[in-house]
Amino acid sequence: MQFSPELEQRFQKLVAQYPWKRSALIPLLLYAQDEVGYLSDEVISDIARRVDLTELEVRNVISYYSLLRTKPAGKYVVQVCTNISCMLRGAEEVFDRCREKLGVDHKEITRDGTFSLEEVECIGACSWAPAIQVNYDFHLNVTPQKIDAILDQYSNKTKQ
Amino acid sequence: MKTLYTPTPLVSHPDEVRVISKRFGQGAQDIDRYIQLDGYKAARKALEMQPDDIINEVKVSGLRGRGGAGFATGMKWSFIPKQSEAPKYILVNGDESEPATCKDRLIVEYDPHSVIEGVIIAGLAVGAKLGFIYLRGEYRYLLEILERCVADAYKKGFLGTNIFGSGREFNILTHTGAGAYEVGEESALMESLEGKRGLPRLKPPFPAIKGLYGGPTVINNVETIATVPPIILNGGKWYVAFGPNEKNGGTRLTCLTGHFNKPGVYELPLGYPGNKMIYDVGGGIPNGRSLKALVPGGSSTFLLTREEAESATMDYDWFAKRGEFLGSGGVVAIDDQTCMVKVALRIMQFYQHESCGWCIPCREGTDWLKKTLIRFHAGAGQKKDIDQMLYLANNMAGRTFCALGDAAAFPTISIVKKWRNEFEEHLDGRQCPFERSTERELALA
Repeated sequence: MQFSPELEQRFQKLVAQYPWKRSALIPLLLYAQDEVGYLSDEVISDIARRVDLTELEVRNVISYYSLLRTKPAGKYVVQVCTNISCMLRGAEEVFDRCREKLGVDHKEITRDGTFSLEEVECIGACSWAPAIQVNYDFHLNVTPQKIDAILDQYSNKTKQ
Repeated sequence: MKTLYTPTPLVSHPDEVRVISKRFGQGAQDIDRYIQLDGYKAARKALEMQPDDIINEVKVSGLRGRGGAGFATGMKWSFIPKQSEAPKYILVNGDESEPATCKDRLIVEYDPHSVIEGVIIAGLAVGAKLGFIYLRGEYRYLLEILERCVADAYKKGFLGTNIFGSGREFNILTHTGAGAYEVGEESALMESLEGKRGLPRLKPPFPAIKGLYGGPTVINNVETIATVPPIILNGGKWYVAFGPNEKNGGTRLTCLTGHFNKPGVYELPLGYPGNKMIYDVGGGIPNGRSLKALVPGGSSTFLLTREEAESATMDYDWFAKRGEFLGSGGVVAIDDQTCMVKVALRIMQFYQHESCGWCIPCREGTDWLKKTLIRFHAGAGQKKDIDQMLYLANNMAGRTFCALGDAAAFPTISIVKKWRNEFEEHLDGRQCPFERSTERELALA
């Protein structure tokens, strides 16, 4: 598996820094996913070797964490929080607007692969609700009306 | 992947007492600015103190765990054995995931060095040489800020093999999670940091005796640890005096969320009156509506009725006397046009999603409760379901390895008991008086 030189460097640092090598596992998986898009068989096998675990042990860990995925997602993952604080301030309408705008439902990918959509649990932006996250970017105090402009920013980025 | 950083909005109110939020909005991410604003003075002072004196100062301060459990911080530190063959560790819990809680985020964003300084002091107090700061995976922008700040602290010689020129060693590692509420439980947090599924451990042994990598470990919430430097600098007595008594010392960040006119994170003294918090600080309820219910501290706490909330005192004692919990500082106002069955359902949907399935009462209980509530909200509930929900919830509480089972049970018990009439209004195929079930909700059943 060929990762970028920056990621390779980061991996080596991570594997060396903890009292137990295995502690690097979850960061390794997340950073690899950021670069590759998902945790493919190849990525899993590579990371398992780096931390002296079996692929099964690595898969066992992956299945626990909600940010980790073993299938491709869109280039931009739109995550709409609908937990209590967001729900009370209109998160369900925000999610519905995302569905309409993107033409996909929960955990689906747009045909061009630009976006995937997810309804997620609390993302810790409760006082600025409703909030969404696009990959790691937070967008606070959103409304169904603001969704179009936010999503357009990202689709324009891919066109450039 | 580049992370977009737009500063999180800040609010203020004249009743606030700024201890933890003193440097918010003042550029304290920058280490020189932090030093200018009294930063790292407490760590230097702690280096001149005996470990027991540091612990004692924290005990006097009355500081209690701000993650939600409210355990006395000084006491927790004192459980760490003086002599230990295995290395000791400090672990900061920044897996902030309790619904309605968004305060640790502000601390790491606006005063990250206070967390670093707090970890150094905790290390000096218990004799640890390595500290970890674990942030939830979603908080990538905060991890980037924190990584820069830790690097700056190393450059200044505040971290490393000779901290502040004292000849003593202390190191900090930052660590990212990857999405899991349960990891906020301290033993699950250690499992996660060791690269495993975040399943809670059987206790005892407690982390203070056998924790991370088998060594004695202090685990503190971000807000708790960030409160340590001002306590060491100004004294425990100074801090405790902000609250009503020695068991309810100081201030805490209070996250006002939901149906408030002025939502935001405010630093209020312990013992602040509930009615002032709702109507004065929070600006009351929008759209001319009135308050129906209040979540006092994260969705795991017992909900309060309007009357209870208005007469509440926001400290540990007021809630403990009622057999309830002050919680995490995440307050949710719920207005009179909101369906409480729907509220119970959304809360349970969360716990069902987050339950790891290790303990049967939690795995089965959350699932059955969710299914029952979906059916109920859709108008297909039966009268016997109401007591059945209470029975299920009561059988989850206290019967699981970690507190997730309790966390799911408590809000459910309080909603069913206090708003039983709303459940009854959904009986006999009647439509929800407030709103219909959405197709998405029904798809979950």
